[in-house]
This record gives sequence, structure tokens and C-alpha cells, in this order.
Amino acid sequence: MTIRRIPPDGTHRSLGLTDDEYGEIVGVLGRPPTDVELAMYSVMWSEHCSYKSSRVHLGRLPTEGRRVIVGPGENAGVVDVGDGIAVAVRIESHNHPSAIEPYQGAATGVGGILRDIFTMGARPIALMDPLFIGSLDDARSRYILDGVVRGISGYGNSVGVPTVGGQITLDPTYKGNPLVNVFCLGLMHADHLVLGRATGVGNLAVLLGSRTGRDGIGGVSVLASAAFGEAGSGSEAAKRPSVQVGDPYEEKRLIEACLQLLDEHLVVGIQDLGGAGLACATSETAARGGLGMDVDVTAVARREPGMSAVEVMTSESQERMLAIVTPEALARVQAVCDRWEVRATVVGRVRERDEDGVGRLRIRDGFDGEVLAEVPAASLADDAPRYRRPIAAPTDLAERRAFDPGLLAAPADCGADLLELLVDPSWIYGQYDHQLFLNTVFAPGAADAALIKCAAPGIEWTGKALALSADANPGWCRIDPRLGTAATVAESALNVACAGGTPIALVNCLNFGNPEHPEVMWQLSEAIDGMAEACTALGIPVVGGNVSLYNASEGVDIDPTPVVAVVGLLDRLDRRPPAIGWVDGDEIVMLGRTVPVLGGSRWARSVRHHVDGELAPLDLSEHARLVELVAWLVAAEAGGEPEAPGLVSGIHDVSDGGLAVALAECAVAAGIGCMLRGVSSHLELFSESPSRVLVATSRAPELVRSAFAAGVEASVIGSVGGDRLVVEGLVDLALEDLLEARQANLSGVLERRAAAS
Amino acid sequence: MSATVAVVCFPGSNCEHDVVRALGTLGAAARVVWHGDDSLGDADAVVLPGGFAHGDYLRPGAIARFSPIMDAVRAFALLGGPVVGICNGFQVLTEAGMLPGALRRNSGLRFVCRTAACTVASSSSVLTAGVPVGTRLALPINHGEGNYTCDAATLASMEEAGQVVLRYDENPNGSVRSIAGVANAAGNVVGLMPHPERASSALIGSADGQILFGALLGSVAVTTS
Amino acid sequence: MRFAVRVEVRSLEGIADPEGQTIERALPALGFRGVEAVHMGKLFRFVLEADSESAARATADQMCSRLLANPVIEQADVWVEPLGADASDEPAVGRSA
Repeated sequence: MTIRRIPPDGTHRSLGLTDDEYGEIVGVLGRPPTDVELAMYSVMWSEHCSYKSSRVHLGRLPTEGRRVIVGPGENAGVVDVGDGIAVAVRIESHNHPSAIEPYQGAATGVGGILRDIFTMGARPIALMDPLFIGSLDDARSRYILDGVVRGISGYGNSVGVPTVGGQITLDPTYKGNPLVNVFCLGLMHADHLVLGRATGVGNLAVLLGSRTGRDGIGGVSVLASAAFGEAGSGSEAAKRPSVQVGDPYEEKRLIEACLQLLDEHLVVGIQDLGGAGLACATSETAARGGLGMDVDVTAVARREPGMSAVEVMTSESQERMLAIVTPEALARVQAVCDRWEVRATVVGRVRERDEDGVGRLRIRDGFDGEVLAEVPAASLADDAPRYRRPIAAPTDLAERRAFDPGLLAAPADCGADLLELLVDPSWIYGQYDHQLFLNTVFAPGAADAALIKCAAPGIEWTGKALALSADANPGWCRIDPRLGTAATVAESALNVACAGGTPIALVNCLNFGNPEHPEVMWQLSEAIDGMAEACTALGIPVVGGNVSLYNASEGVDIDPTPVVAVVGLLDRLDRRPPAIGWVDGDEIVMLGRTVPVLGGSRWARSVRHHVDGELAPLDLSEHARLVELVAWLVAAEAGGEPEAPGLVSGIHDVSDGGLAVALAECAVAAGIGCMLRGVSSHLELFSESPSRVLVATSRAPELVRSAFAAGVEASVIGSVGGDRLVVEGLVDLALEDLLEARQANLSGVLERRAAAS
Repeated sequence: MSATVAVVCFPGSNCEHDVVRALGTLGAAARVVWHGDDSLGDADAVVLPGGFAHGDYLRPGAIARFSPIMDAVRAFALLGGPVVGICNGFQVLTEAGMLPGALRRNSGLRFVCRTAACTVASSSSVLTAGVPVGTRLALPINHGEGNYTCDAATLASMEEAGQVVLRYDENPNGSVRSIAGVANAAGNVVGLMPHPERASSALIGSADGQILFGALLGSVAVTTS
Repeated sequence: MRFAVRVEVRSLEGIADPEGQTIERALPALGFRGVEAVHMGKLFRFVLEADSESAARATADQMCSRLLANPVIEQADVWVEPLGADASDEPAVGRSA
């Protein structure tokens, strides 16, 4: 057997590997790597694929729970929801591709997350997209937002998976480095679970879907694992060939074909091809199966002539899956794929471990041809170096925390400041299909969380529903990544509860700056600790995650942006539960209590451009009681009883923008105003202190008693009526003003600029 | 006896299961028929559901109209059988020449997904038979190319003959005369951009679509008895 | 004989072209003066085997009326050019492997 070798000529550096990492590869192989081997290590050991900077910290997250079937480490987390049904969930970032080509970056982000879900055997039924873009006064940010929304719309709608929720944050910190995170939830019969494992010596590795082209070569190592705009890293134009192009029609047929293959039990393992392409899928399946694999690189169907083995193995061409099938099942697999017009090609064979007990991945030029690469599969998949990178809190932390926005001059007109904070995101979600599958009870914007029936084609509805919320708050996390992240988890759990769901699982996407900066590693480590504390206190297991580092531009790191998505379960959905809004004549009860602190608030950040101070404290045991109470109150309205108890007519948590924005959103949703007394100052009005919910009710004394019985503070703060939002002494605005400002601040800017430009 | 409805699935269709479910709650025996089949079996009515047949590549419906099943759909319609095209199905029917006009890109150049207030404009179709003109319905729309266009002469004759069956109260896409749905001259082939199946229960926001599907099943009872 | 065929599809006269109009509005803002009558359409390029140039044109016309254009809203223009025997004369686009 001959192995082609290349001398250590420094190529590894241009592929993103350090000299030490190159040395480690030589150590693993006992010889210098071939070009194919070097390319595979460079993508598999990239930050994006290997989590080499974050892995030592991620172990601190709580991942176990009685419903957890599959935790972190697989393509998606899987959670039991009863009745033999399980949900698969995952969230991922597609930040760097979206910065370069917003439409395709976002579109292929959607495509990738869908494959992570259906590779588990689950039908994707819901997407959510948290977006973080620079302010809209910047032309490029407007272009990026427009392109990203079109990309999600173009791909998600066409592939036939509804986008039921999301989040939009417009903030200068994302100007050079937007964040596009995509979340997907799928539904499956629990006994249909299939993992990405290559088992059974002699079984075949079958590549499904698109032909392989030159798109996205080295995307994970070039795009997602190095700082943007740094000297030597090349201009955006130079990186553009690494962008992949999505084909939702191919993906739709791939989904249907794969779900049929899994339904008919025709595959023993299956894995999507995402970052690092075939190198990743073959090495990971082999490593998880504890076996070896031979891959014939010439068998891979190509989109263009003259592609090298390196290009074929590392291409990130979209809409491809690798299925492991028995030789006996191959004919039927081929027939199913033919029906859906999906290409299926045998490209590899599962083989025994070698005599030394190591399962090796061999890439060959023809099944019996020259060996182009021969590496221990686990060394690619699992043995990337793990870095304990230096951690340091910012030196000016104490000063920054002392610089409290509560000390700024009070607004001359609180109403004017409130108008600045209102945003109507319907311009975004109105471009997404959010209704497909007839599951959507709470569409985007209706409530604090999306609420969807727990049903899918092939999975009968048993009366349950799922509440979904995706949340992040860079303002909080910049000030205090630990408390800010804990508060983000707390808010997400409360959002889900406001839609009647009891939180059962969480996935996270940790978007941070350059991990070679000790301050960024401090932010990441703190955020993970804050998430662990909140998840533990609230009893929510973390079932999956994604880490996106090197989010920076021109050397400036983004503010820490840990995104969490919480899934809640509602056991019985007979009626639409109350949502954001209220009914004329209701009283407004606040559950919880306002702490008048403005650190991290959107008022401080957006209106006063003040990003320092301290966050209000978070009492996690108090918060857990609130979440339980709210979920119980809303669930009672949704079902179970013969008729709704009628204690709650509208509900909305208080978070981003504080009490003022929460009131405005309820007033706009209902088309009715309100009158509040006893709000002492703008601190109380715009504070974002945690653990607060507004409840509209016609039976306030009963509600307050229930709250006290549950150990939750509650007080009547105002009443519903009229056509103005009035907070005595602070705010007096007509409903039309609220509507107009909401519209003007997002769609107004985008459509006006589009017309003018 | 319950009506049998064939719901045609093209590669890229995505509303076929939803239509089957909504019709099922009204007691119909609805089933999915593959576009590559050449027979509709014992169907009493045909629905071409929404989605993105063939990825909407070239033009929505332009490739789907050549699917083998479309010969059977055409023959079924010629014999007076009820055929309804929803959204992408409407686009297929206009491309196939089974309905007049064409559906172009929304005038706002953006995809639109929301619930639209619509008004029934004619009861002379299998989808609106027995539904009084002026009936207002809350129906979800979900399309990027729903801008209905036809020449002036066609428009005038359709208006005259009661072939305009449904209009938007507020025009979301630039359609001529706010047209949301049209029928052929015989009234047995109907196309509409709104999705009646997405308004099939109060739990998901509206049950108004069942009024139209109820009318369709009622029409089946009339044509088969 | 082999022919290089180019088909241009655009909106029928009198049918609104909102994409063209949007582009027309955008160009002056970028400093391009004197632009008018912007239309957006589709371009198809392919190689066609046929007995003669007129036969190639007739086939392409049929393709337009059956598939490439929707005659209710679109019109098509067809260009046909003979190709030499040398494969390198083929246009780079329009060849599918």
C-alpha cells in the first residue's frame, strides 16, 4: 500500500492549523499527513467543528432529566413528551456565512438545521430564527436584515417548515458581524430514533442528495473559525467562494425520502453533511460506531469536473446526507430515493477495526485504488485539541459597574422615550409561512412564546401542545455575563410559561467574540456558569448546543450573546389560552415586584447609549415559583376543566423595555388603553428587573390570593380602558401614536429606505 | 356515504396533509395521490394543494402542469368533476390553462403570510355553492406570487358570468380587482390563493375555511347523486 | 447541426413589471443618470441539435409557448446561432452534465 505524502511546507497554516496542531497530527499518524489528511484535520479540528476552546467549559451544564432521551453530542437533543412521542431540538448559528452573503447564509442555515432534525428520524415542524443585526441607520445592516429575512423566507417557506417564532435585536454591536441563529423542532415516534452511527461490518455508506461541488470548501475553518477583517485573513470578496448555495426543493425531497427510509427501517444509521462535509460525516459515523470505513472518493457524484479528493472530502455542498444501510436493503433504498428523485450513491463500506483495535477511515481513489488518507476515525471526530484558553475579567469591570444609568438625568418626556423603544416585527414574520401543518395556535407576535399543537403528518394529535421561546439579551450579558445569562434563561422559561407550557428542555447557541481574547473567554465561562445555575434551579436540562466564536469585526468583539431556546409542554389544549392583550374593564395585576434598576435596560442602551451599570438581582427560587404559577394559570385556561376558569384574560411578561413596553404591547394587541397609578419614576417604568408578569383579570382579588398561596408577590397596578396609555405623571399617549411608532421603527425605515435608494 | 377526495401531491407540495386533515374533520375520505400516477381512482373531487411544486422553478406550476396525473385531472374536470386549486394548486391550474389568467409576483415584491379578510363574490362555483354572496371569511394567505392578472376582456366576461368567486377586502398582492379566487365558466374548476384548510378550527384562529370545504363536499353530493 | 440558442423572456407590453420599476428607481440613487424603461426578465441559453437554423428556431419557439414563457403574461425573443463542430465553441452556460 502506498501513501502519498507531503512535506511540512507550512500548508497547514493557510488551512487554519497551528504548528502545534500540525505536530499533534504527525504524532497521531506517526508520519506527516497527506494532503487529503491535512485538509480533513483542518476542517474537523476547526473551532466550528471541534469546540476546542469551549469544550472544557460546556461540561458544567446540567444535561440530565427524566424526559431526556438524547442529550448533547448527537445531531439533536431528543426529549420524551409522552404518548410515545418525542421531540428533537437543535439550534445553530450561521453568522459568518450570513455576514458575507445574507440571503444564502440564512437560507443554508435553515437547510442545515433541518437536516440535523430529520437525521434523527423526526419530521421538522417548527423553525425559529433569532436575528441580531446592526442599527437600521446603517445601510449595510439594512441590506443584511433584508437579505437574511428573504433567505429564511425563500428557503423555509419553500421547504415546507413553518417559522413560528424568533427574535430581532437591532444594536450597533452587530454592525460588522450580524448573528443569524436558527432553531428547529421536530416530532417523532420515540421508537423511530436513529443515530448517526456506522455499525455492522460490510454495511454500505450511501450518499444521498445533491452532487458535490466546490461550494463551501473549508467554510468551517476559513469562515467560522477566525476573526473577520484581521490583517491577512482576506477581504470579504476573497472569502465569497466559500459560501454555499441552498436548494430548498432538493431539501424538501431529501426530507421526504429520508423520513420514508427511516419509517421503513431501511437505515442503521444516518448523518447529515454540514460543516466539513464528507470528512465530518464519514469520520463521525465511524467513530460513533467504533468501527472503520473505506470511502471511494471517485464514487462521489460531482457537480463539476476536475475536483480533487481534497475538494470532494471537504466541500460543504448543501442538501446531502450519509446513510448507513445493509447490502440487502440497498435496492429498496434506491427505489425510495428514485421516487423522490433523490440521488443515492454508494460511496463507502463499514469495515472492521484494524488489528491494533483502531477504527480507521480510509479515503481511496477507487475502492481498491490508491489510499489517499488513512486516519483513526476518532482522531478526527473526537481528539481535536482542547484548549484551556486564558481567562481574565475586564480590568475596568468595577468602574463599569459603578457607572449606573439610574444616575443619568430623568427623561423630559417618558412617553417619547417609550415610542423609541417600540418595534413591530410583523414586517419580518409576515414574510415567513408560520401556519403550515395547522398546528400554530400562537403565531409570532401573539404571545410571549409560540404555541403549537404537538402533531405532524403521520403523528396524530393527542391533545398536547408545545410552547417555544428563543431569547437573548446582549445588554444584560455585556454588563454581567453570568447574571445576564441566568436572567435570559429565566425569561425564556417564563415566556414559555406565559403560553401555558412547563419548561422541559433547553438548547443554546453561544455567540461570542474571539476566544484568543481572555476577556471573551471570561464572558463565555461566566455565561456557562449562569446558564448552569438557572437551568439547575428551574429544573431544565440542556439537551444541545452550539458555540460560535470569532464574532468580531475590525478587532472589536460583539457583546456576549448567549441565545437560549426553551421548549415547554402543555398537557391539554382544548381552547386558545389568553395571550398578550386585555379586556375592557379588566384590572392589571403584576405578579412579582419591580426593582428600579436601569443597568442593561434597553432604555439605557438604545435611548441613552449607555451600556454600563449593574443588573437587578435574580432570585432563582422565587422565579421558579413564578414560572410554576404562571404555567398553571394559563394551562387552566387552555384545558382540563369543563370550561375556562376565566381568571386570566391576558398575559405578558415584563422584560425588554420594561413595564412601559409591556403595557404598550398589551394595549396595541387589544386596541384598548389603560390607566396606571403609583409608578414613581422612569426607573420603575423602564427597569428590566426579572421575574415579573402582567396579568389582566376581571377577578383580581382571587388572582392575588392564588399568587400569595403560591408564594408569589402580586399587586393591582392599574385598570384597562379608554384609548390612551396613561401612567399617571409619566406617560400619556394615544393608541395611534403607539401603533405608528411600532410601524415606523422597523418596517417604516426599511420600506422608506428601499423606496428612496 | 362520504365523499372521496383526491389530494394531489407533486414533489415540493407541502399542504397535502393539511388539506386531508381539514376535509377529514368534515367527514370526507380524503387521500393523497402521487403526481406520477395516471389515475384518480374513485375520487368524487380533486384538490391541488399549496406548496412549491418543483420548487416553483421557472414559474410556479409551470412544470407541474406536465405531471402524468394532470391528464386525469383535466379529463375529470371535462366531465364536470369538482377540481379546486389552492395557492400553488391555483397556479398549476392557470398554467395548465384550466383557469383563465395568471398569477404573478406580489406587487410588494415580498412573500406575504397572514390572515386576510375575504368576501364571497359569487355562489356559482363548487367551492361557494350555497354560500351567499357577501359572506365574509377570515382566510390565511401564504404566497409570494398571488398577484392575479388577466386581460381586460377576460376580466369583464368573468365578472359578468360570476366567475370571480372570492375577493380580498384589502388587496395584499396587487391582484386585479382584489381577486382572491376564480372559477371556470362551468363553475366546477376553482382556484384561490387563500388556504381554506388553514382556517379549519377556532384553535388555530379561524374555522371559516370549513364553510368553503363544506360547500365543496355539498357540491360532490349534488354531482354524484 | 448544432445551434446555440438564447431565449429572452420578459413581461408582455402593458403588464406591470414591479421588479424592473424598483430597479429603475434604485439606479439614480447610485448616481446612474438618464436610465429609463428598465425591464427584468429571464434568460435561457442552451445547445440544440436540429436539421437547419429554421428548424432550430421553430423548436425553440415551441419550447417558449409550451414551457419557457407563460403567454398570458410573458413574451419571448429567440436567437439562434450555428455552432462549429469544435466543442469548445459551446457556450459555457447552458450545458448540464
